[in-house]
Amino acid sequence: MATALGRARTADEALELSRAGGDLLVLTHVYTATLVLGIGALFGMLQGLSRANLIVMPASFDYYRTLTAHGVLMALVFTTFFITGLFTYSTYRTIPRVRSARLGWIGYCVMLVGTLMATVAILDGSATVLYTFYAPLKASPVFYFGATFLVLGTWCVAADIFLNVAWFKAHNPGKRIPLPAFLATCTMTMWIIATLGVVAEMGLLIPWSLGWTSGIDVGLTRMFFWYFGHPLVYFWIMAAYAIWYTLVPARFGGRIFSDGLTRLAFIMLLLLSTPVGLHHQYLDPGISAGWKWMHTVTTYGVVIPSFMTAFAIFATFEIAARKAGVRGFFKIVRWLPWKDPVFAGPALAMILFIFGGFGGIVNNSYSMDVLVHNTMWIVGHFHITVGGPAALTFIGATYGLVPALTGRKLFAPRLALVQVYTWFIGMSIMSVAMHWAGLLGSPRRTSDVSYFGAQGAATWHAHMLWAAAGGTIVAISVLMFIIVATGTYVANRRADVPPTFEFASTNEDALETPPVLDNLGRWGAVALGLAVLAYAGPVIQQINAHAYLAPGMRTW
Amino acid sequence: MTFGLAMLVVFLGVITTAAIVDGFVPPSHVQSIDPTKVSQTPPFDHPGLRKVADGAYEAYYVARIFSFTPSSIEIPAGSRVTFYVTSADVEHGFSIPVTGVNTMVTPGWVSQVAHTFKDRGTFLLVCNEYCGAGHQVMAAKVVVK
Repeated sequence: MATALGRARTADEALELSRAGGDLLVLTHVYTATLVLGIGALFGMLQGLSRANLIVMPASFDYYRTLTAHGVLMALVFTTFFITGLFTYSTYRTIPRVRSARLGWIGYCVMLVGTLMATVAILDGSATVLYTFYAPLKASPVFYFGATFLVLGTWCVAADIFLNVAWFKAHNPGKRIPLPAFLATCTMTMWIIATLGVVAEMGLLIPWSLGWTSGIDVGLTRMFFWYFGHPLVYFWIMAAYAIWYTLVPARFGGRIFSDGLTRLAFIMLLLLSTPVGLHHQYLDPGISAGWKWMHTVTTYGVVIPSFMTAFAIFATFEIAARKAGVRGFFKIVRWLPWKDPVFAGPALAMILFIFGGFGGIVNNSYSMDVLVHNTMWIVGHFHITVGGPAALTFIGATYGLVPALTGRKLFAPRLALVQVYTWFIGMSIMSVAMHWAGLLGSPRRTSDVSYFGAQGAATWHAHMLWAAAGGTIVAISVLMFIIVATGTYVANRRADVPPTFEFASTNEDALETPPVLDNLGRWGAVALGLAVLAYAGPVIQQINAHAYLAPGMRTW
Repeated sequence: MTFGLAMLVVFLGVITTAAIVDGFVPPSHVQSIDPTKVSQTPPFDHPGLRKVADGAYEAYYVARIFSFTPSSIEIPAGSRVTFYVTSADVEHGFSIPVTGVNTMVTPGWVSQVAHTFKDRGTFLLVCNEYCGAGHQVMAAKVVVK
């Protein structure tokens, strides 16, 4: 890279070479995510078939091992590689600078090493602890080290993004941080605050798994996990929102509704994503009901920026349609480019998210959670949130990113279109079936729910068959996705006019953005303060309880 | 947007009122126990059903891979049962589907959840948190006569 830059004769040429270097880094992220999605989907399909009693997983590679692999690869690896790649793209493309992508590459490599370590531990059966790795289930240290490296790698990517934004501010005094780079910085700031929870948890788990400590405070590790576990969801959602706000409008000639509103929504997400995690622990003993109620309130608060986003996105649709002379709800819907997979993916994702959001409000409803906690309802919920809005948006964005990064036209665009619709259909069938089974009490995370034909368990089976059918459709859809994404690079040649994937510009009649919104360092400090406020009480209660330590166990 | 905000306030109001007036709060019992000494710690050294008054029972359960002790209890219809559950090893769940009896069982802590069984029948009680290779067989029965 450095030598290539050294050969550049003009400033423009240096910028061009630097940009190509950045593109390669982003492309590597995107293809890594694509590969991981493929492996994860295969495991997911096996689980669906196994739970519906259509296949029996061999004892040497049982249901729970595939479940661990599916959860870790989808929730922690696929999303993280895609999102860090996306935000590197947002930053590099909107801040024109001759840069070294070295820190970005270091981040990528650390993430990759971490992923490989965790994957090896899962596949060899020494870490069948699911993606939540609840102690005192004790995995091999390789798994915990792998997860830690994955997180530390993302911190390097974040540092690279921050340094680029700092460079921009230093060289453009008084100018706004470009919106896509702002959204990247805001999300990565939230992510660093959130992942402090994992790092704290690993501080307990790693010495214990190495045998240096004899027992573990289970309640404390659970609290640290869920301190991270919910903002993890918002990490996916913020990345999806960033695509909806800045990339999708350009597909139909739309403009970003309001620069200021977008920044405000992201700052609210930064502030409110973390102090909410106890809503995953409503049914935990050892935590007072008052703390849980407090997190109910903050969780409702984090719904507000989602309302703002829904409003802004629909306004973007309507304003663009009116400019094109189209009026009326149904006419506007028909006018939108449903045959463009880069639009259709995120747009279908938005539809799924409406239902995901409703379900989320139910889950957060304190006493109502007892009916659905740890049932298939929850599994249905996160498949219609991470599997819907997040993954389908990322897939649509991949169809825009890969051509822009490789200079090649999208391979088999019709297949890409069929792919996003089959994903939507498969995911809807699967998720509805899972929600339904959950309302009937079917437990999640269980390889076989027949309970020897017990009364009460019989009502669940039909829904599991539907879920298996939906899951199979999604897996086939993933196969199509991989064909299109890799085919673009392998089968197509560089186009004469390279395809672009542009960020939309802002609506010209929007109000001026208040400069205070750009002070991300200060907002990050406020967010950290709120997280500490929300968690100091419960953590002190946990530590003061002198909870007994539990010895580690391998029960698989 | 305004409607949405109003709905959020309404939801929160309903939940909070239900919590204060009717005591609809999620199980949040705070009582610790040494998970390595569960079988020596009363009352979990003798898990089972105790009658405390007419129509009122306390049931003490030990969750251990991959079973619950007691594996079956029998109560008359209309009884209110307060369940106390603890784990002797890893994280478990304690759920009687569709009844609203649902709590995590964390080693080191005692969980508490109460329910009035109005309908007769045999209820399935399952572990709903992954606890190991035999998690899918971890179940018990509540018989309401």
